[in-house]
Amino acid sequence: MPSITFIHHDDRAETVSANDGDSAMYTALLHGIDGITGECGGGAVCATCHVYVDDSWLGKVGTVGADEDELLEGVASERLPNSRLSCQIKITEALDGLVLRLPERQV
Amino acid sequence: MVATVTTASPHTPPVLSFGGALPNDASSQPVVHLDVDPFAMDFFADPHPTHEVLREAGPVVYLDKWNVYAVARYAEVHAVLNDPATFCSSRGVGLSDFAREKPWRPPSLILEADPPAHTRTRAVLNKVLSPAVMKQLRDGFAAAADAKVDELLERRSFDAVADLAEAYPLSVFPDAMGLQKEGRENLLPYAGLVFNAFGPPNQLRQDAIERSAPHQAYVAAQCQRANLAPGGFGACIHARVDTGDITADEAPLLVRSLLSAGLDTTVNGIGAAVYCLARYPEEFARLRSDLSLARNAFEEAVRFESPVQTFFRTTTRDVEISGCHVGEGEKVLMFLAAANRDPRRWADPECYDITRKTSGHVGFGSGIHMCVGQLVARLEGEVMLSALARKVVSIEITGDVKRRFNNTLRGLESLPVTFTPA
Ligand code: HEM
Ligand code: FES
Repeated sequence: MPSITFIHHDDRAETVSANDGDSAMYTALLHGIDGITGECGGGAVCATCHVYVDDSWLGKVGTVGADEDELLEGVASERLPNSRLSCQIKITEALDGLVLRLPERQV
Repeated sequence: MVATVTTASPHTPPVLSFGGALPNDASSQPVVHLDVDPFAMDFFADPHPTHEVLREAGPVVYLDKWNVYAVARYAEVHAVLNDPATFCSSRGVGLSDFAREKPWRPPSLILEADPPAHTRTRAVLNKVLSPAVMKQLRDGFAAAADAKVDELLERRSFDAVADLAEAYPLSVFPDAMGLQKEGRENLLPYAGLVFNAFGPPNQLRQDAIERSAPHQAYVAAQCQRANLAPGGFGACIHARVDTGDITADEAPLLVRSLLSAGLDTTVNGIGAAVYCLARYPEEFARLRSDLSLARNAFEEAVRFESPVQTFFRTTTRDVEISGCHVGEGEKVLMFLAAANRDPRRWADPECYDITRKTSGHVGFGSGIHMCVGQLVARLEGEVMLSALARKVVSIEITGDVKRRFNNTLRGLESLPVTFTPA
């Protein structure tokens, strides 16, 4: 099972194990990670699952789709070059050890 | 400093199972038949005991009164919502089967459509109602909520349905749509009609359709490009004709979707939230001490009261739902409200808890048809609850609470309250 580390805005880190095929957003909700809201349940509507992907992982999490790109324009905290919507990141073994930083606000 | 907390258990705690795979026995289980009419007045007066009966009778039940299958448990409701190829919307999301009966109005191009047609229209409305658009609306919606609460504090005692739950959305949503000032009194009756029409051919539905002509004429006119102010949701939909995403014939019908679903739903959502905060003063006190809970307090009210109680699907093939066989061409009624209080999914489901992890509730649906206006609804709900929490210390119910009856929507006709200013 791949493990993912979420680093909160206050630098607190939580490492959880994810099911292959789940999204990073879903994994966070399953483990009660505050800081990811996921209001639309992964429907790519709400932009409340915003994360900053650790630079060393950016090449591995896939690219931002056109719809996601537009949604990212609406995130509550600053959009950075490494911003992603975590519901659009699908966890695979290749992402074992992934580090995602959480923004200050989701709404 | 980076502290590491490891959450060890990879397994899903029961309250956080999000539906997913269902038990699928090789042999079909018998489906329990129930003599329940979920569109009758006595049911509407207090649906919760019957919801429990529906949930506990089995994963799938059959309602003899209307000849439909029904699901009331969270897992099954969630599964049906998330399998649109098997449980389609294009044959209508009410009781009426469009394959057998002529729809009472031209079908919706989004709600009553399946992929790939739905995918295209949905993409358009997603953009019109996107998070970026909400950012632009936020300050105006918040200022209007503050002004409304100030005005109500002058009066102290008033009807929280007409003067708040209806008045606030009416003060922001029609303008956000870009509607003309005249004729707006048709909006709520039109929406009441649309939501009654999803129900069976009972008195509520017949009466609504009988009285519908003027409201339908109003809405048809307002959906035209020339009648929609620049910058509003309506004009933004029509602008998509110019980019080739939709045709000039489709645009008015997509505007109609927002006029049908965008106002009465939030009226009942905000009404539900105010009713909750009035009945659970300790939750209102928590909200007052932490304003960041406003958005979740609204979301929890949508779970708890489920302003949209039900929707139907029609099966496109023979299918097993949790071991129960359902044939092709059958209507399946989804009890969203019962799923939102299923103890298999929710800890203390009968409790209104503004700190609950609400994600996964089906009050806005789930899957490809999940409410496209959810961000508008949450914005209105959040800024209104935030205004109340900042300006009001107590909401006291000071008269008879009257229920409003509709085949799909749950809400109140009247909620007399007195506000005490902070
Ligand atoms: C608290 C308020 C609201 C509630 C409880 C609510 C509930 C729902 C539900 C349950 C669905 C799913 C229908 C299905 O699966 O067949 C839905 C879809 C829809 N809602 Fe909402 N809604 C609300 C507010 C709004 C608003 C404000 C708008 C417009 C601005 C809106 C427009 C729509 C539309 C157009 C659809 C169809 C989406 C599709 O089929 O893809 N709703 N809503
Ligand atoms: S959960 Fe809503 S966009 Fe990701």
